[in-house]
Amino acid sequence: MKFIKITTFIFLIALVITACSSDSDTPVDSPNNFDRGAMLTNWADNIIVPAYESFADQTSILQSSTSNFTTNPTVENLQTLRTNWKDAYLGFQTVSMFEIGKAEEVRFRNRLNVYPANAAEIEAFISSGNYDFALPSTIDKQGFPALDYMLNGLATTDTEIVTFYTSNANAEGYKNYLQTLSNTIASLSNEVLTSWTSGYRDTFVANTSSSASGAVDKLTNDYIFYFEKALRAGKVGIPAGVFSGNVLPGNVEALYKKDFSKELLLKAIEASANFFNGKSFESGATGPSFKTYLDFLNTIKNGENLSNLINNQFEVAKTEASSLNNNFAEQVQMDNSKMLETYDELQRNVIYLKVDMIQALDISIDYVDADGD
Amino acid sequence: MSKLNTYRKTQTNAAPLAVFRVLFGLMMLASIIRFWANGWIDKLYIQPKFFFTYYGFSWVQPIGNYTYLIFAVCALSALFVSLGYKYRISIILFFLSFTYIELMDKTTYLNHYYFISCVAFLMIFLPANTYFSMDSWKNPLKKLDKIPKWSIDSIKLILGIVYVYAGLAKLNSDWLLEAMPLKIWLPSKYDLPFLGDLLQQEWMHYAFSWSGAIYDLTIPFLLLYKPTRWFAFILVVIFHVLTRVLFPIGMFPYVMIVSALIFFDAGFHNRIIQFISKLLRLDYSRITSKPIITSEEGKSQKFQYRSKFVLPILAAFFTIQLLFPWRYLAYPNELFWTEQGYRFSWRVMLMEKASYTQFKVVNGTTGNRFYVDNTDFLTPFQEKQMSGQPDFILQYAQYLGDHFKNQGHKNISIYAESYVALNGRLSQPYVNPEIDLLKEKESFKHKDWLLPFNDTIKGF
Repeated sequence: MKFIKITTFIFLIALVITACSSDSDTPVDSPNNFDRGAMLTNWADNIIVPAYESFADQTSILQSSTSNFTTNPTVENLQTLRTNWKDAYLGFQTVSMFEIGKAEEVRFRNRLNVYPANAAEIEAFISSGNYDFALPSTIDKQGFPALDYMLNGLATTDTEIVTFYTSNANAEGYKNYLQTLSNTIASLSNEVLTSWTSGYRDTFVANTSSSASGAVDKLTNDYIFYFEKALRAGKVGIPAGVFSGNVLPGNVEALYKKDFSKELLLKAIEASANFFNGKSFESGATGPSFKTYLDFLNTIKNGENLSNLINNQFEVAKTEASSLNNNFAEQVQMDNSKMLETYDELQRNVIYLKVDMIQALDISIDYVDADGD
Repeated sequence: MSKLNTYRKTQTNAAPLAVFRVLFGLMMLASIIRFWANGWIDKLYIQPKFFFTYYGFSWVQPIGNYTYLIFAVCALSALFVSLGYKYRISIILFFLSFTYIELMDKTTYLNHYYFISCVAFLMIFLPANTYFSMDSWKNPLKKLDKIPKWSIDSIKLILGIVYVYAGLAKLNSDWLLEAMPLKIWLPSKYDLPFLGDLLQQEWMHYAFSWSGAIYDLTIPFLLLYKPTRWFAFILVVIFHVLTRVLFPIGMFPYVMIVSALIFFDAGFHNRIIQFISKLLRLDYSRITSKPIITSEEGKSQKFQYRSKFVLPILAAFFTIQLLFPWRYLAYPNELFWTEQGYRFSWRVMLMEKASYTQFKVVNGTTGNRFYVDNTDFLTPFQEKQMSGQPDFILQYAQYLGDHFKNQGHKNISIYAESYVALNGRLSQPYVNPEIDLLKEKESFKHKDWLLPFNDTIKGF
């Protein structure tokens, strides 16, 4: 009897120790286990970092082309600058979903793409010459939407726009504001990129923990949050009046450029689908991803082919979005039903991602720190 | 009848119940401290703007910063229960404060909180302070070393009910034939040392499912039967420590391990008491010394005043305990889908339900419509619980109705668009999107505004 008690006691201690040290070791992956480390590596090395590199390049081109324009404000330079702005804005759609690490810390998406821009207050900033873009209150006066206003919204023709930077009484103020906008975008982008290339990449890839602070859990939440709030709601739902009851044509992305909102949406859907499939940013080859992870889990579960359903739904949403007017402000005013149809197709995928995929991966939405039973 | 009478009068050593009281009180104290230290009082009961109440208990609400006071009362009374100090009033206070806390928001419902409330209620009627307690230390007149056998058996019975009903609930096709939801949960624990890779194996999911069901169904009997008792207790420890490793389940495993000690005989408990006495430098001989009043007299003097009521109350309590989990049979459609009769039935870890629910507010006069951003009103935890449980959906919809009416919206209807994925099935629409939830009333009646499950789960 005594022996049994002692054994039990030792056993108890051993189990408690195991219980308490449960998330300290790194697992040795076997072929029977899905290799999350490999998925994180693919995400970081083939998608996230290359996308940020490309985006950071685009923002420095944007920056130099802005100084070109401010030193020599001509219609031609304005048009070059506008092209560079468009390139960078499209590039932003490929990184916006990765709001993790430094990007999360600096609130990257809020700093670069809160729309509609507040034109009246931008004008007030320009005339006072007194602004600090680090302040949270300035998020709707900076980033790509503010540049949109500065490059496309000041007047109707290019010649007229250029006059704001030449003959306007406060031309210096306009030039300074424009330059500060581009500088801020470029420096934030570089800050995020540098953080990835100087250490964060390794932390990220090594963080294979299954807990809520694990990299897979966190980025999955960020990705779904992006798809639901920034893409589905921001680009389509809000202008279509889904959350307000009436259409809000003033809330489309790239309001002043007018013919650009569809292109941005399509780019964002494509980037989301590519990330889902683990498609390399440069080569287009696919690697370990949500898709392969779901397929692996499905070999255990033998359920519906979820990755197929999600990919099909990405296609349907893309097709629906392609049929829209280039200018979403016009679309919601002329025929909002098509905008709502696009919204519905995106919404189908929110449900697949947020309900079915999350369940399959057993990741909790917005980590809830409480007991279960 | 005479057998019952003899049983009613059978006496047994008071030590097991005394040890149970000490450890139960300590566990509860630790739970409250842990809850407080994790900041959950603020997060769960102070921060939210709105609370999901139980039907008939909408008057039980957090009371702002005074909510901390309720927890303080709960912690103190748990400590007093453990010490056996002013036991009767302490256990009543503990039961009331703990149950009040649980009733404040059903978002936090856990079977094990309900278990605590049940045990605390039971303990109000048990002579748990007659031995190894401050009450009996200070007033030897209160001391008894023998207590009615039924008082210890009633703790064993409630434990037995919990296990056996939890086991019965596992006898369904999802659990046994599909190994669901463990097939979803276990692979996600890939980074556990030793177990991580094993948990990817399908046979492990079945092994866990089946052994879990067998464990629940047999463990009370293995604990009751002396030759298997130690073996059973080792199983209890392994099982609950394993659940602790695999799932975020808080203090519950420890509570169950400690509770299972009640099955051991008095000698074992007296050694524990001896050990604690030594540790606290208490005079063990004073604890064991013969009571001034013998147990027979004591029973007549001390318990007479209650026993008339105690046994009928306990009989009613256990009848309810035995019958209540079957109430789901009164409802149509699949229990896991509608969750009508799911709570308070020892259905533990049976479902993985992922869900998404948004609400559309329609103005009947203008036809104007918009969707509600749930994060404006609910915490992420509340939203998660609300999305897949019909009584939550209804209560929240009606709250939204009041909110928007107060904002000046007139003639509005509220519709839910809701998707639920149950145990790895593909998500399906959950609430009938054509039904205006403001026209529905909460009741114990079947909620016919839910859409059918389109599948069957066989079994209990």
